[in-house]
Amino acid sequence: MTESQAVERGGARVAPPLLLGLARTLNGQVLTTAAVILLAVVSFASLFIGVSDVTPLDVLRLDNSNHQTRVFIESRVPRLAAILLAGSALSVSGLIMQTLVRNRFVAPSTAGTMSSASLGLLVGTLWFGSASIFLKMSIAVAFAMAGTVLFLALVQWMRHMDIIVVPLAGIMFGGVIQAATTFFAFKYDLLQSLNAWLNGDFSGTLRGRYELLYIAGALTLVTYIFANRFMLVGMGREFAVNLGVHYERVLYGGLCLVSCVSAVVVVVVGVIPFMGLVVPNLVSMVMGDNLRRVLPATAIGGAFFLLFCDILSRTLRYPYEIPVGSIVGVGGGLLFLLLVLRSRSVGR
Amino acid sequence: MVLGVLLVLFTVAATLFMTYDLKGSLDYALQLRGKKLAGMTLVGFSVGYSSVLFHTATHNRILTPSLMGFDSLYVLIQTLAAYFLGTAEFLQMDARLRFGFEVLAMVGFAALLYRWLLGRGTRDVYVLVLVGLILGTMFSSLTELVMRMIDPNEFSRLQDRLFANFSTVNQELLVVSAVTVVGVTVTSWPMLKQLDVVALGDEQATNLGVEHRKLVTRSLIVVAILVSVSTALVGPVAFLGLLVSNLAYQLTGTFRHRYTVPVAGLLGMVALVGGQFVLQEFLEFQTRLSIIISFAGGLYFIFLLYREARR
Repeated sequence: MTESQAVERGGARVAPPLLLGLARTLNGQVLTTAAVILLAVVSFASLFIGVSDVTPLDVLRLDNSNHQTRVFIESRVPRLAAILLAGSALSVSGLIMQTLVRNRFVAPSTAGTMSSASLGLLVGTLWFGSASIFLKMSIAVAFAMAGTVLFLALVQWMRHMDIIVVPLAGIMFGGVIQAATTFFAFKYDLLQSLNAWLNGDFSGTLRGRYELLYIAGALTLVTYIFANRFMLVGMGREFAVNLGVHYERVLYGGLCLVSCVSAVVVVVVGVIPFMGLVVPNLVSMVMGDNLRRVLPATAIGGAFFLLFCDILSRTLRYPYEIPVGSIVGVGGGLLFLLLVLRSRSVGR
Repeated sequence: MVLGVLLVLFTVAATLFMTYDLKGSLDYALQLRGKKLAGMTLVGFSVGYSSVLFHTATHNRILTPSLMGFDSLYVLIQTLAAYFLGTAEFLQMDARLRFGFEVLAMVGFAALLYRWLLGRGTRDVYVLVLVGLILGTMFSSLTELVMRMIDPNEFSRLQDRLFANFSTVNQELLVVSAVTVVGVTVTSWPMLKQLDVVALGDEQATNLGVEHRKLVTRSLIVVAILVSVSTALVGPVAFLGLLVSNLAYQLTGTFRHRYTVPVAGLLGMVALVGGQFVLQEFLEFQTRLSIIISFAGGLYFIFLLYREARR
């Protein structure tokens, strides 16, 4: 199979006729506006879901000594902000990665980025336990970057790889890194903390403990500025160089951005599987491949998906909570499964 | 020849495991080690055996039951049983009876699910592996979810029963498992010869008068039972099957199941018993066998992908 065939096969976006028809009649802007309104409504509702009974009226009273108001300010609002930031950042970084590596099954969770970040977090905790969270995060970022570059080298080393083998190798690569992480965690008796990091969860999100996520949000905005350049790199080295793009610089710059975003999310929230994979694929099924156009919709879609899962996690076993990572694992896994099976049954 | 060498190796490993550095009450220590040894022997054999059968049923050599999510499925079934029966009933129920029901459920689900997957006409191995990996992740997320639905206080009582590992082999089930493994081996032994033909592919097998579909289903059932045994005893063991079966093909250099299957089974036994012996006597339990297996297995899998890509 030649490379172009591979790209064509992997790049063929297939959507059910109904959705495609709907997308054609409504143009992208209408769709995006509708999504924003929907997200706003759900966000507002999410502020009043939880164990403590908080109603909009309690908040409007603006009484700081009031228990309800404090819950609202200390827990509910930070939680919503964290979810929106993490959801959009993860989906966008998945989208960027898929564009750069030219494979729509690649995402931080299938390229070893997430696993490397948690290894970095473990190393940071082991050797710099007393250091600030910022230093630990920098170590996680460095590890995530190294892991991603190593994975890219692996993919290039294997060369003529089927589009589906790339995520397979990536998952295995992530598994090897995770085994190494478990090894150290076991040795230094940190297995329990490791399991907490490995399962993303928003129940501990309070004011003062999530603000690092704004870095991820800012980096996501930066990707929008460079969207066109990323897209050119995604068209291949020769094409990009012909159009005057510094191929290596943009490629590794983009991967660096993605690594930073993933590492920040892992440090603050934990690992959330499938997000960067499923959301961009679903969005581009409806809206096509133009990165600059798809990017905002992907961000909104990701935020919405994660928020929806988090509301489920709060209500399914009320008053207890289920880690959102498990819910995303089930729902996202199902969607990913459909994507993979569909790509092959239509692609052949 | 290979079989003989492996038998000797296994005997050496088992003897060492049983006798090395014995201290204190001889009776007690021997009994403790004996149970562990029996557990690991059963698991090693089941994993090797089931992996080779699975390879033939799916016509490739990189899929293994654990990569396709079989053992996560078993853990999920266990957890679901605890959830629907209620913790108290679950704990009171006879372990062997429960095991029987769980194996039945496992065979049913696995046969249906994988029959559907393999019967879709998707001959593409990579798609199957990816689907299997996703299924595995989904099953474990679902397990996590169900676990959280169980009352947290009750759950802590369940945890030991549900999650076995190499250092705490589930002892209640040793005898049942041994009977199951021997029974399955004896009944499926005559099938091995026909599997040599199945390995040739659907059309050839049918031409040669072997019912391809029926045999594949039957091997999948055998695989489901063996995976239930090993997962119930020590929990999921990813990659051991992959390493052991591929090594068996290389050592025997043949496609005949009557050679590859026992060799793979013995290799599994040697690897587990020998590995655990080295770990606990020389490395003083600094790590777990399962961690080392998944590290080495992951690297080996990437190597296999590389070799296939170069071909």
